[in-house]
Amino acid sequence: MSGLGRVVRAGVARRRTAAVITCLSTLAATAAAVAATALLIASDQPFEHAFAAQNGAELTATFDGTRAGAARLADTAHANGVTSTAGPFPVATTTAVVQPDGVDATLPGLSVVGRADAGGPVDDVTLVSGHWVTGPGQIVLSTDIVAVPLGSTVRFPDAPGTPALTVVGYAQSITKSADAWVEPSRAFALGDAGTPPVYQMLYRFAQARTDGQMLADQAAVIGLLPKGTLVGTSSYLGAKQTAQHNIAPFVPFIVAFGILALATGILIITNVISGAVGAALFKIGVLKALGAAPAQVVRAYCLIALLPSVVGVVLGAVLGNVIANPELHNAEVAYGTGTLSVPVWTDIAIPAAVLALVAVCTVIPALRAGRMSATAALAVGRAPRPGRARFARRLLAGLPVPQSVGLGLGTPPTRPARYLSITAALIFGTMALTFAFGLGSSLSDVDRGLHYWESAQVTVASGQFSAGGKDGGEISADDDASIEAAIARQSGTAGYYGLARDEVSVLGSADALNASFYTAAGTSPYQIIAGRWYSGPDQVLVPTGFLDSTGTRIGDSVTLVDGNGDRVSVRIVGEVLDTLSDDGMDVVGDAATLPGETPDEFDVTLEPGVDVTSYLQSLNNAVSGYGVSAYADQPPGYDQTILAVDALAAALTLLVVVTAGLGVFNTVMLELRDRIRELGIYKALGMTPKQTMAMVLTSTLAVGVIAGAIGVPAGIALHDYVIPVMGHAAGTGIPRADVAVYHGLEEVLLALGGTAIAVLAALVPAGWAARLRTATALRTE
Amino acid sequence: MNDPVVELAAVTRTYDAGPPALDAVTLTIAEGEAVAVLGPSGSGKSTLLNLVAGLDRPTAGTVTVAGIRVDELGEARSARFRRARIGLVFQFFHLLDELTVLENTALPARLAGVSRGAALSRAEALLDRLGVARHARAHPSRLSGGERQRVAVARALINRPALLLADEPTGALDTASGQDVKALLQELHRGEGQTIIMVTHDLDLAQSCATRIVRLVDGRVAEDAPVPGAAR
Repeated sequence: MSGLGRVVRAGVARRRTAAVITCLSTLAATAAAVAATALLIASDQPFEHAFAAQNGAELTATFDGTRAGAARLADTAHANGVTSTAGPFPVATTTAVVQPDGVDATLPGLSVVGRADAGGPVDDVTLVSGHWVTGPGQIVLSTDIVAVPLGSTVRFPDAPGTPALTVVGYAQSITKSADAWVEPSRAFALGDAGTPPVYQMLYRFAQARTDGQMLADQAAVIGLLPKGTLVGTSSYLGAKQTAQHNIAPFVPFIVAFGILALATGILIITNVISGAVGAALFKIGVLKALGAAPAQVVRAYCLIALLPSVVGVVLGAVLGNVIANPELHNAEVAYGTGTLSVPVWTDIAIPAAVLALVAVCTVIPALRAGRMSATAALAVGRAPRPGRARFARRLLAGLPVPQSVGLGLGTPPTRPARYLSITAALIFGTMALTFAFGLGSSLSDVDRGLHYWESAQVTVASGQFSAGGKDGGEISADDDASIEAAIARQSGTAGYYGLARDEVSVLGSADALNASFYTAAGTSPYQIIAGRWYSGPDQVLVPTGFLDSTGTRIGDSVTLVDGNGDRVSVRIVGEVLDTLSDDGMDVVGDAATLPGETPDEFDVTLEPGVDVTSYLQSLNNAVSGYGVSAYADQPPGYDQTILAVDALAAALTLLVVVTAGLGVFNTVMLELRDRIRELGIYKALGMTPKQTMAMVLTSTLAVGVIAGAIGVPAGIALHDYVIPVMGHAAGTGIPRADVAVYHGLEEVLLALGGTAIAVLAALVPAGWAARLRTATALRTE
Repeated sequence: MNDPVVELAAVTRTYDAGPPALDAVTLTIAEGEAVAVLGPSGSGKSTLLNLVAGLDRPTAGTVTVAGIRVDELGEARSARFRRARIGLVFQFFHLLDELTVLENTALPARLAGVSRGAALSRAEALLDRLGVARHARAHPSRLSGGERQRVAVARALINRPALLLADEPTGALDTASGQDVKALLQELHRGEGQTIIMVTHDLDLAQSCATRIVRLVDGRVAEDAPVPGAAR
């Protein structure tokens, strides 16, 4: 081994703390970068990527098997423009029964396709769990349908012989070509008795980028078949639009977190590596004094930093995959576009980029050291330059606080670059905490707004209540007033309103509107984005989608037309947060707006502490004579997508916070190693372990306080920017109240979060400093 | 003889598997004595000083300073003991360059919980007494070696210690500065009765400042004799 090689080996071995710190820093930064990059990539056109990976079907067509047999359908593969096909696959549209929670759940209209295997030239279905069907008694369910354990039974009560199949797997088709898959020989037998056979064909075309091209492709296919053979089609463009609509709201926050994680990782590396090389200046000076050439010195110290970094990036890449996989699973749930995974190139490119960054961070100070004279390197390398920030340090050390606290507060100005860097990392950590808190609160508030009807505890509707919900049907107009009076009289009623649903249109627009007309709704059950609740029958409120698609604004008047041709001019007085279905083409107003609008149901909220069972019994006694019944509404549930986003945000926040915390830990360790002799002097002069702890912790406390003071407003600003962008992507405005989720106490606690990260991360180094033997510290070079 | 301030009883200190740095050393130093510990490099001088200061613990034996079993103290109590009873002067001064001379001097008092005003006032008085008051607002790097060591001595005396320990106090100084420090130590001992243990290679310093010389060789006391003609 050459002399330089020995230096490198000895350098890594003897400077164990620095090597471990370098390794930890690169590990944390690589893990954060791999996870963040994987999420950013997953958020970039996930539908397109999944579609390409699965060779998704551009056209899914179903054909009447009595008009064209399987062989003839297969011949459509030769239609003009067709590049590849799969099928024909037998299809049954049927009713199935499963038991997800031990209770029967009916799945009507289930599309069951007979496919011998999941793969193929088109619609290469992704098997998510279990295995593909290998026998007639097995079924694979789509992940979009229902979640029951593998091995559960699916019954088909309408099929001849009421067969029951065992669930052996879950799979996902990007274009949702089926709800379930069985053996081809089994498919027809699952349909209702007497149903004619239907086949599914899946196509890819040479030109399929627009609706027009798709229509031409479709025409070419059906042109080869007898008239009336085509039963139905589904274009991938529709699935793509739906997926984009689902995905777009989540992209802004994932991008925000991803950038935070990447920036934190980069900061940590630059800080720690350049700090570690800077700390080695004295040794560099010694080497030069012994005759090492500048190039040799530079090479030696680059290798000393790179060796632990290589270990760090390899472990970091592994950890990044471990972290990314559950996060990608949450993204899968949020996006609904199939399995997402860490791309292989990420596992190569990110570690390579981190190593390149390490090399740059090492080379620059090493080159500087290489150019220094041996005596300068020896002089500079011994300790922080004494004159640096002397005034600031003295000022802080002179504060009317215990001496150890003053000394701690005075430490950051002596290493401005190092402490600015960890302040920035802590700011990112605090921003992530603040943003995640706000995101969770806002999404929860928006979710409540989107499910406004769930605030009612009791519903009164026509028919009898069953486990599947109300029977529906209209309430007799003559009975409305009596039912309303009964509800109003009922002890325990806090508030109620009647709701009439209808379909209307706006004069001059072809789009149908879902109208919700209310009686007795003095206050809005909706969250209002802008404007106010109606105060008369000539006023309505509409969602954002309505305003966007009709080009109207609050204050404009529109004419509503009902099914009977009755017209009424109404003024838009407010913008409401409504369900995001039908592109927001809804209208909300008073039941007296249009003639003949009578409630289909009454929604009732109860006074606090009222026993729902007793209330229902009493109310049912009062209203049963009108052909209606009262039943308790299910308490609001948790939206799976919101839960997935919350979980994703929590995981990403943890990633950023841990990376920032490791940055603090590493920096404080480096700082203590640099100042070990100074620490020894303090201890020799009588500084107790507690005072040592206080000094070290307060050196990061100030940084944490600054990070909190900047990070919280920055996090709030990020949140206030991203939430409306998410809403816009989902096609709705966001009520101001859902954005303004931060209040005094929360802001203080979040700011303390930044301080807590700093102090907690410094605890271990502070403990090490407190335990350090004075004689050892004084002896250390 | 005055009351003993330092009592080492069969003290041994070994590091790793090597030979003992101190080997069964027994030594008693009385109040008012000025003891110079001499010996070649590796003889155990600094180890002895570290053990008396509570900076290190013996492998065997007991160390008692001002009636306190230093070898039994934990880190926190050892620190409190040091700032109350011991003044330390180092070969390379170990002054903190970010602090002024005045603040350096006041530091042990501040660590002991003395208010800032009282500590600075006490420090000013000490600097005046040691002849470096004019540098109170300067930073140590601007002082000569001798002046820095005077400041280091002032810092060591700020908490009025029973025992002053000096590790090669003239080792890093030029001849003139060394004479300056020598005079200061003489004055402290002879004028104020300060008990001093100094570790040194400098026989001249030992003979001019100490009342007794202890010579260590390979961790053992090879000689322990009064300095002829030395007087308080």
